[in-house]
Amino acid sequence: MCNQAVSLVAAELERQGIATVAIQLLRNVAKRVRPPRALFVPFRHGYPLDDPLNPARQHAVIEAALRLLEISELRPPVLVDFELSSP
Amino acid sequence: MGGIEEFSLVDRTFLRAYRWRKIDPVPWAPLEKPLSDCRLALVSSAGFVTPDQGAFDGSMRGGDPSFRSIPSDFPTADLIDTHRSDSFDHEGMVRDPNLAFPIDRVRELVESGRIHSVSEEHFSFMGSITAPGRLVRDTAPEVARRLVERRVDVALLVPV
Repeated sequence: MCNQAVSLVAAELERQGIATVAIQLLRNVAKRVRPPRALFVPFRHGYPLDDPLNPARQHAVIEAALRLLEISELRPPVLVDFELSSP
Repeated sequence: MGGIEEFSLVDRTFLRAYRWRKIDPVPWAPLEKPLSDCRLALVSSAGFVTPDQGAFDGSMRGGDPSFRSIPSDFPTADLIDTHRSDSFDHEGMVRDPNLAFPIDRVRELVESGRIHSVSEEHFSFMGSITAPGRLVRDTAPEVARRLVERRVDVALLVPV
C-alpha cells in the first residue's frame, strides 16, 4: 500500500510541475500503478534505503534515484532497477 | 530481498486480489535545470510524526490519508514512528529514521552541492491506504500546492 500511496502523491506533484522520483519495493505494484519515475529496490519492506545507520549505502540508493531525474531521454512511466552491487 | 513473499498469507491474499489504482495518463514534469540548482522535498509514507503532532489513525476505514509537515531542520532522531502496520519490520527505521525519511542525507546533498537547497518542510504520510480516494482528491493536491508555494523543483518519495 505504501508503494501505491507515494506513487499517487508523485503523480499529483508531477501534475503541478514538480519532477519526482519514487522508490518502489514491489516491482509488480509499480508496473500496475505506474508512478512517473520509479527506482525499484530489492530490499525488505521497512528498509527502502537498505541499511540503517549506513549513510554511504543510503546515499547510493538516493543517488541512483536522483540520476533518473537527469536522464532527459526517459519517458513515463519510468521503472528502473537499483543495482544491488552498487556501493 | 523484498517482495510480496515476505508478507503473511492474509496480506498476500489481500494484495493479490487488490485493485491497484492505475495512474493514467502518467503526468510528466521534466527536470528544467541542473539538480545543483534545484530545491528538493521529501515525501515518505513511513508514518513519522514530530512529538507535538498527533499519530496517524490506524483505525480509519480505508486508511488515514492525512499528512504531517516535517520542518526541514527537525532533529531526525526525534521523529516518532506511528505507522500502524505490522506487515513490515519497524526496527531499522526506529533506529535510524533516515532509512525511510532521509533528512540527514538530503542535508548532506546540499553540503556537497549535489542539490541547491531543501524545502522548508517535508511531508509524511502513513501508507496503509487501501481506499486512496481522499488522498488523490484532497491531501496529495494540498501537499503539491504547498510544495509549489515553497518553490520546490524535485521530490524524492520513499515508501516502506
